[in-house]
Formats: sequence, structure tokens, C-alpha cells
Amino acid sequence: MPVVLETVGLEKHFGGIAAVAGVSLKIEKGARHALIGPNGAGKTTVVNLLTGVLKPSSGRILLEGEDITSLEAYKRVQRGLARTFQINQLFLDLTPLETVGLAISERMGSGAQWWRLVGTNPVVVEEIVEILGRFHLTDVMYERTGNLPYGKQRLLEIALAIACRPRVLLLDEPAAGVPEDERHEILATVAALPADVSVLLIEHDMDIVFSFADRISVLVNGALFVDGAPEEVARDPRVKAVYLGESLNA
Amino acid sequence: MPSAPVAEVTHRLAMRARWGPLEYVFWLAALASVFLLPGRHLILTEIAWLALFALSLDLILGYAGIISLGHAAFFGLGSYLAALMAKHAIISEPVLALLVSGLGAAILGFATSFLVLRGSDLTRLMVTLGVALIMREIANQIPEITGGADGLQGVTVAPILGLFEFDIFGHVAYAYCLTVLFVLFLLARRVVYSPFGLSLRAVKGNPLRASAISISVNARLVAIYTFAAFYAGIAGALLAQTTAFASLDVFSFERSADLLLVLIIGGTGYLYGGLIGAVIFKLMQDWIANLTPQYWQFWIGLVLVLIVLVGRERIGAWTSAARALAEPVTRRFARGPMAAASGEGLPGEGR
Repeated sequence: MPVVLETVGLEKHFGGIAAVAGVSLKIEKGARHALIGPNGAGKTTVVNLLTGVLKPSSGRILLEGEDITSLEAYKRVQRGLARTFQINQLFLDLTPLETVGLAISERMGSGAQWWRLVGTNPVVVEEIVEILGRFHLTDVMYERTGNLPYGKQRLLEIALAIACRPRVLLLDEPAAGVPEDERHEILATVAALPADVSVLLIEHDMDIVFSFADRISVLVNGALFVDGAPEEVARDPRVKAVYLGESLNA
Repeated sequence: MPSAPVAEVTHRLAMRARWGPLEYVFWLAALASVFLLPGRHLILTEIAWLALFALSLDLILGYAGIISLGHAAFFGLGSYLAALMAKHAIISEPVLALLVSGLGAAILGFATSFLVLRGSDLTRLMVTLGVALIMREIANQIPEITGGADGLQGVTVAPILGLFEFDIFGHVAYAYCLTVLFVLFLLARRVVYSPFGLSLRAVKGNPLRASAISISVNARLVAIYTFAAFYAGIAGALLAQTTAFASLDVFSFERSADLLLVLIIGGTGYLYGGLIGAVIFKLMQDWIANLTPQYWQFWIGLVLVLIVLVGRERIGAWTSAARALAEPVTRRFARGPMAAASGEGLPGEGR
């Protein structure tokens, strides 16, 4: 399988602390790749480096073979690299309808149009309706996002990323903080993501990881510890020692 | 779950930009004032250009979240450009001169927009304040062009479109300013209900997420800052043309600070805040100045403190109470069941 997203010796230092230390990661086309690790292992920092929120101290990031290390965040999205956030990052004063519409307009390159009114492009509207339907947001689409229940906000996080039509999708703990009875809706949505989208899932919940991933990378103290198929990782005694030991202590 | 019909969504989106009944009332009242209040045209003229100036600040503060204490930089540049063009008959026709003055201010806006891209509100306050101070000092240092501290004397403004001559009662001036305000308001209204306008609110709400859906945050901020500077320049040019004078105080700190006050009074982010604020501010100033000529600033200050206490949540929050009161009225007059159900089409709907 061709590699769609690759990091080469990625490092990020905050002051004297190496949050990410020499991570070389390969994500294959169509992969369901999970990045796991104990708290503070640097998982979210990796995502922030990949998406351009942070600049790496050294190392390179390649998207479909092209070096995007110094590319601005919004341009990476245009190249097909979208993400969700561990902590909701939504437009609280906008409705889900407007929010998804924004993402679609931007993708189509009509987001900066100032001479036409919102909602006058039928192609955009049709896609908004389709995506909101797919993510169970139809019945709340006119409500202010800030007033939505948490589970709906999590769904909107994913819907927004999908509206960017990514080739690589980074999911940062999509079910984090969602009450038990709303979890299945989100997990079903994650499971139903288009097969040709390569997904990197950052997750704490081992049930989710092992039911979803076909490849797992374990990050410990900013460095890649183990990288392999789920069964290999599950069997690896070092992972058990580090990861489960950490969980037991926590 | 059945997906919502595309037609209904299209309809609901179209309703965002629909004219609310209160908007008609506002503009009809403005039009009526031309005919019914001829004796008040001088102060109404001041209200009109101040409203345009405040609308300009609302575009960056209310929609893009850029706070400024130096918006007078653009106002002042527009003012001097218009006065100079009239004085030296470079461009005599006022409407054309108005546009050129606005464009001049827009160029300054574009050049200085890069200073407000990064940083906190505090940095932006200081940077914008600094730009206005620099502009004032430049004008002060070239008296051979600007007239320096004496102001630019001997300006004569030609008839508008070669037809309408300015009169001492301000009748033509008011009709002129109100027309310009209305036209530019329509343009601003179009812009804020466009995809671009929506993206500004997204950038204001959450720049991190905005860039994560491929919005170029900086490009949008540069664009709206430049656009707002154009508006401010036109407002300044209107002042110069209607008074046939320009002086250093067009750049003054007080002017920028008063402007922020106007917008705080009226509320931000629904376009009418600056307009309503300008009416209240000028009338209050006029009324209090008549009552106590020496202490009017004391009362203005007191009102400011009260406003901030009432709306301590956020700038402009206090007007939401007024709009909430107005909402039942709006609903009653709104056409169609959809509007009645949602209260959309209110001027404040954009919030």
C-alpha cells in the first residue's frame, strides 16, 4: 500500500523538554491507524505538528510524497489533511448548518465570495443537507452550536472534518468525554468513514482502538515505542509493561 | 432520519439576509428626517458621517473581532485627501473625490493591516493607537500641505455631480451624507451575509478551527480591515466636504475613543449598532451640552460606566435586551410562519 502521510525524524521541544523526539511514522492509504500512548506521551503534539498548528523543531512531514513541513495550517487542509480536536473547537455562535456550509464553501474555493449571499449555491446546500443527515445533525441544524448537547458537538467536529473531504483524517479522541449512551452514535460514525480516507486515530480507550485499528503505533515519552499490527502490539510485553502499568497507576 | 429537504434549507438560509420590519422602519425614519426635520440637518449630517464611521469599526470589531483605538487614522486620511482635492481642484466633483479619498484610506488600511494580524486585543489597541498618532504627527509636520495646527483653510467644495450646491443650512449636505451612508450600508449588508461575511464570524469565533477548515485567517482579516478603512476614509471625506475644512483633530485619539463609545452604545455585530449608537451619542452630547455646557463630558463618562456595568458580559450585550423586547413586535409583523417561529430576519439575527 502506498504511504499517504509520513513523518521523518519529527521533533518538538518546548524549552528543554522534548515533547516529540524523533518520530518517524508512516500512514498507508486507506489505513485505520491508531496512535496510542499514556497521558503526556505527546500524541496531541504529533497531531498539532502534522496539521501545522505547531512548527517542528526538526524533521519533515510528507503528504503524498510532498514536503508540507513549512506549509501553513489552512493550506494543508486544502491538500487533503483534516482533523478533529480533542477539545471541541467549534463556532459556538453559528449553527451547524452555517458551520458545515462554511467548510464546504471553503473547499470549493467560494468561501471568500462577498457578492453572493450564503445559501444561494444549490451544490453547497445539497452537500450540507447530505452531511448533516449522515452525522445525525439534521434536527439541530438551526440551533446555535453552543447550545447543542456535547455528543452532538462531537459529531459536528467529525462532520466538519469530513466536509473538507480529506484524504487523510486525524481523529483526536473523537469520543472523549461523551456520555456512554451517546458513544455508540459517534463510534458508528467513525466506523462508517469512507474506506478510501486514511485515518489516524488518537485514542485512550483500548476497546475503541482494537475494534477500529488495523495498525497501531505506541508513543511513549515522545518517541515511537512499538509500531505494528494490533495482535503484535497486544502481545508485546513491553507495551503491556509501559502502557498497562501506566493505566494501573492512573 | 429523513434528511431535510434542500428547498427548506435554502429558504432558511435566504431568510438570514431578509430585511426585517424594524430595518424598514429605521430607514423610512431616516428618509422622513430629510423632509420633516429641516432645522436639524446640521446635527443630522454629523450623525450620518459618524454612523458611517461607526459602521466601519463594526465591520472589523463586530464581525472580525479586531478592536481598534486608532480608527481615526483612516478617517483623518480620508478627510485630508478630500479637503486637499477640493482645495487644489485636483478632483472637484465631490462623489468622485469621496471614492478616491476612501481608496487612499483603504491603501493605508491594507498597509497597516499586517500589524493587527497577530497579538492580543491589548496589542491591537496599542498598535492601532500608534498608527493614528503617527498619522497625526505626519500631518502636523507638513504644514505647507496640511496647514498644520491651523487646519486646512480655504477649501471650497464644488456642487455634487455638478448639480447640487452645498448650502449653509446643511440640507444638501444631509441628503448627500445619508445617501452615501445608505448605499455603503447596503454594500456592507451584502458583504456580511455573504460566505465571506460568515467566514469572518468564524474567524472571530475560533481562528484555530477556522484554519482547520482551510480558511485563510490572515487573508480574511487583511481584506476586512482594508474594506473597513475604505469606509472610515469615506466618513472622514464626508466631514471634510460638508464642513469645507480639515484639521489635525480628525486624527485625534478622542475621535477613535468616541467611536468605540458609539459602538458600545449601539452594540456590535448587527450593522445597526454604529448607526443607532451615532444617533444616541450625538443627541445625548447635544442635549447634555445644552444643559451643562461645561460638564457634558462628565455625563457622557457616567453613561459609559453605566453601559459597561449593564452589559458587562461583552461589548454590546446590553442592546440584546432591547432587541429581545423588540422581538415580539418583529415577529408579529414578519411575513410567513417560518419567520414567526424563529424570529429570523431581525436586524440582530446576525449575532
